[in-house]
Amino acid sequence: MGSKRINNSRRSFIKKTAALTGTILASSSLKPFNAILFATEQSDESKPWYGIGIDIEKCIGCGNCAKACKEENNVPKEPFYFRNWVEQYTIKNDGEIVVESPNGGIDGFTQSVPDEEIFKTFFVPKMCNHCAKSPCTQVCPVGATFESPEGIALMDENYCIGCRYCIQACPYGCRYIHPDKGTADKCTLCYHRIKKGLKPACFEVCPTGARIFGDLNEKDGVMHNFLKNHNCMVLKPNLNTGSKLYYNGLSAEVR
Amino acid sequence: MEHLYEMLSKVDGYIYSNEIELHWGILIVLYPYITGLVAGAFILASLERVFKVKVLRPTYQLALLTALAFLIVAVMPLVSHLGKPFRFYEIMITPHFSSAMAIFGFVYLWYLMVVLLLEIWFDYRRDMVLWSKEKKGFKSRLYKILTLGVNDLSPKTVAWDDKLGYFITVIGIPSAFLLHGYVGFIFGSVKANPWWSTVLMPVIFLFSAMVSGIALVMFLYMAVSWIRKVKIDMPCLDEVGKYLFYVLVLDFTLESLDQIHRIYEAEESFEILDLLVNGKLNYTLFIFQGLLGTLIPLITLGIFRIYKPKPKIRKAFYLIISLLILMGIFFMRWNVVIGGQLFSKSFLGFTSFKLGLIGSEGFLMTIFWLVLPFLILAFILWLLPPWKKHEEEPAS
Repeated sequence: MGSKRINNSRRSFIKKTAALTGTILASSSLKPFNAILFATEQSDESKPWYGIGIDIEKCIGCGNCAKACKEENNVPKEPFYFRNWVEQYTIKNDGEIVVESPNGGIDGFTQSVPDEEIFKTFFVPKMCNHCAKSPCTQVCPVGATFESPEGIALMDENYCIGCRYCIQACPYGCRYIHPDKGTADKCTLCYHRIKKGLKPACFEVCPTGARIFGDLNEKDGVMHNFLKNHNCMVLKPNLNTGSKLYYNGLSAEVR
Repeated sequence: MEHLYEMLSKVDGYIYSNEIELHWGILIVLYPYITGLVAGAFILASLERVFKVKVLRPTYQLALLTALAFLIVAVMPLVSHLGKPFRFYEIMITPHFSSAMAIFGFVYLWYLMVVLLLEIWFDYRRDMVLWSKEKKGFKSRLYKILTLGVNDLSPKTVAWDDKLGYFITVIGIPSAFLLHGYVGFIFGSVKANPWWSTVLMPVIFLFSAMVSGIALVMFLYMAVSWIRKVKIDMPCLDEVGKYLFYVLVLDFTLESLDQIHRIYEAEESFEILDLLVNGKLNYTLFIFQGLLGTLIPLITLGIFRIYKPKPKIRKAFYLIISLLILMGIFFMRWNVVIGGQLFSKSFLGFTSFKLGLIGSEGFLMTIFWLVLPFLILAFILWLLPPWKKHEEEPAS
């Protein structure tokens, strides 16, 4: 009786193992077909997973961030290429939205709307959202755009074929074609700096501390507390890009 | 970079700082246009072969060879548009499968090698063997090479050619659907762009492809007959006109449905798209695509279904209609590709597009890419003339 039970359990163990192995083998061979389900994997919580916080209430529109970014990353100086820029939003009394960003805010701002017509005005610093389900990574036909283990969307310029599909796919307008290289270019969150324990250039120069960045996996870390203490919002949440750029005080007009 | 400064002065409203340059220009308008002509021409050919519409016989080989000539060119503007054209092969050797664009190379090669070349080869093999014996010198040798050494002319082998050719055409129909539906998906799946992101995009691309391909074969059939000074087979032309009408009705319905749906849902992007359609796309959408490219051909072909004027008048109208449709579908691609990039993703403003005269993205180059397939077709028709095919069994 006892041996029969052992046999039974052994048999069922073998059966289960075989079924499990079979499933794993089958699903691994199906892996390429997972392409249609994009970026559903969760991050490993034991490793850093960077997010960005921008406090709109603290931004004074000095444009230092945009300027520092161009200096640090050798971004072409012409006013068509930005990894980082600041927008000035002005909502008029009649509801009209006026947005301006002359040279990305590098040279500062002037207000074109007369004071008496202004309902409210504020600055919105913009940069790559380093999306967890980034459309630019999804559409790159050769995989030149990829996500670093820390959750940063990066570009391999030696591999990019310059098809510009990523530029079409980015809902936030964060990419451009480098005029000399002919390949796509974008914010790296100053990967070369953060790997050395430094802050990204735009964070370093912000005089009001409107920008923070940190590990989203770190309990009681800066990002954790930022998200806990503020009502934060991401841009275009309806697109489900998994944006990791969180804004405090984001007005509904901002896109 | 001069042109970008010029663009900067033409910005209307607010656009994101990187959006001044329009990234997919005229070459990417040509890409869906030319692939569409291929898919459409092939589907017309398969009507004769698979669906046994015998009256279309005079257009069968012409449609196949047209598809081939245009398919050879289809990929050229695409590659020349790349920022790094010499890296194009990376898309084949290291495709990134989550990208809608990654399998284009495979879809293209499948269509070229497996469908078109094989079908044409099976269709012409017997003739090529015979021609290699009839002709002399270089041409004879060329035909010999093209037969790939398969010189068997026994009725059994020839019957197999026919069977396999038929089989390839059967595979070819879903392949043609795949080729162009897929091109539509490349645009339709960009969720960041509300002008492109519609589930109907692949279907619309497919039907507009059929419209343009049938119109092209209609035009070419008349043009080739005129050049060869032979009589146009009117029942055949009328039949092509009939199918053109049916497909045009479907295409018009689908595109209207898409627009009605947009207007009725009036989502977040509605205001900017409304401004786009009534502003920058006014002429290209309502006049070139809508009125000239769709409504006039639709009404004329519709009238021909009820009342048939004299053949001479019909011929003239068919000629005009086919050209109008070819122009209309070109502007349909224009409205999708260029139109989708004129407005900012901030939905707050517009950039502009100016087609230059010279340069790889200029007007002259566009004309070159549009003329090239006709030159290739002329060569293929010289090499494999459908009208010199041996219809009868060779006397052995």
